[in-house]
Amino acid sequence: MAVKKSEAALDPLFNNNPIALQVLGICSALAVTTKMETSVVMCAAVIAVLTLSNLTISLLRHQIPNSIRIIVQLTVIASLVIVTDQILKAYVFEISKQLSVFVGLIITNCIIMGRAEAFAMQNPPSLAILDGIGNGIGYSAILMVTAFLRELFGSGKLYGYTVMPTVSEGGWYLPNGLMLLSPAAFFIIGGLIWALRVYKPAQVEMDG
Amino acid sequence: MANRQATGYTLLFATAICIVCGILVSSFAVSLEELQDENIALDKQKRVLEAVGLLQPGEPIDEAEVAERFAPIEPVLIELASGEAVDGDTATFDQQRRARDPATSTEAPDNLAKVKRIPDQSLLYEVRGNGGELEMVVLPIEGLGLWGTLYGFLALDADTTTVRGITYYQHKETPGLGGEVDNPRWKNRWPGRKAFDDDGEVRLAVIKGFAGSAEEDPYEVDGLAGATITSNGVTNMLDFWLGENGFEPYLNRIRAEAN
Repeated sequence: MAVKKSEAALDPLFNNNPIALQVLGICSALAVTTKMETSVVMCAAVIAVLTLSNLTISLLRHQIPNSIRIIVQLTVIASLVIVTDQILKAYVFEISKQLSVFVGLIITNCIIMGRAEAFAMQNPPSLAILDGIGNGIGYSAILMVTAFLRELFGSGKLYGYTVMPTVSEGGWYLPNGLMLLSPAAFFIIGGLIWALRVYKPAQVEMDG
Repeated sequence: MANRQATGYTLLFATAICIVCGILVSSFAVSLEELQDENIALDKQKRVLEAVGLLQPGEPIDEAEVAERFAPIEPVLIELASGEAVDGDTATFDQQRRARDPATSTEAPDNLAKVKRIPDQSLLYEVRGNGGELEMVVLPIEGLGLWGTLYGFLALDADTTTVRGITYYQHKETPGLGGEVDNPRWKNRWPGRKAFDDDGEVRLAVIKGFAGSAEEDPYEVDGLAGATITSNGVTNMLDFWLGENGFEPYLNRIRAEAN
């Protein structure tokens, strides 16, 4: 299987986006996108874990016994996630408090397991790293757009700065409470998937 | 290369992975622990400062500044039932853990705040002026809201009745609805209200709709729109923690000392 380096890194952005096409990693996309600040940290954590897990699995791909490969992948991913969580708690405490359990839940983020099993097990480390970064950024792009819309319309702010002063702060904007609840992320991500498939009709799944 | 399918190789590989990952995780956990504990302690100090009005929510503040503003605030460990100060390590005191342990807690009588167990001791804060006179007391409060338990602080004036501030540092309420307990404008509605009426009964309550100024409606605070259960939760936990199972013995002692 020959994969070009540029493809490994760039494909996950639009052509093979982990959220929009593969529809993976939705759970965390719902939970952490009420504010851009938390989303940025979550994205950084996912990119770091995804890149490092892809690298590790790729380096070990000829050594991992086939019968226990999923467990080995999980062990590596879980260790990386715990380390990431510990670092966040030590250096960006306020944000890690808001992210609460969701950093820990990166362990179960299907994107990371998916890339380890589908890509890193078959490809050399350099490609695996690019694939990790690419998929991480593809995931982050969707998260940031979702967080941008939810924070703007849900609380009238962007990255914590007031853009539209809300009524409860003495301004004019009546916030859309739905935006702060999880279903809003479903609507926004659904809309993004729709938009992407209108732009690239090849991604539309055939019926039957 | 060794046969990758052999059972011996598989076991060996699994063991090696476990050891490597184990060492990695535990070395990070141990080396970062001190920093994390400092963060937790600092965060709690910030919440206390917010309750007494020495820190605005969201105000950027560094460690040294927190320590400076915290100087007049003294952590005091008390025995809840008697209200008397007791000796103990205030830095490592963990009220939630104490409340879980049957050896250091008692079962709470049925209450609306849904507090299940009462710890024998509680850590509160006394704010003293330059002359050492008591200015404020900061009491930890907790109780059930809609989705989970809210943890916070209530600051009372030295008269033990006038509210100086309230803040929550941990809760799971819906952002925009019950989560508005964090809203600075709502918190600003509290100072000046009276927790107890003239007969010494806890009367302060979060009502539906708007309350007037602290002079007009000393016993009422504006409700949170769309968050009746959270609002009631706040009322219930005030009722519980200011009552006989909470800090009443302590507040009685403060009142007696003032006279």
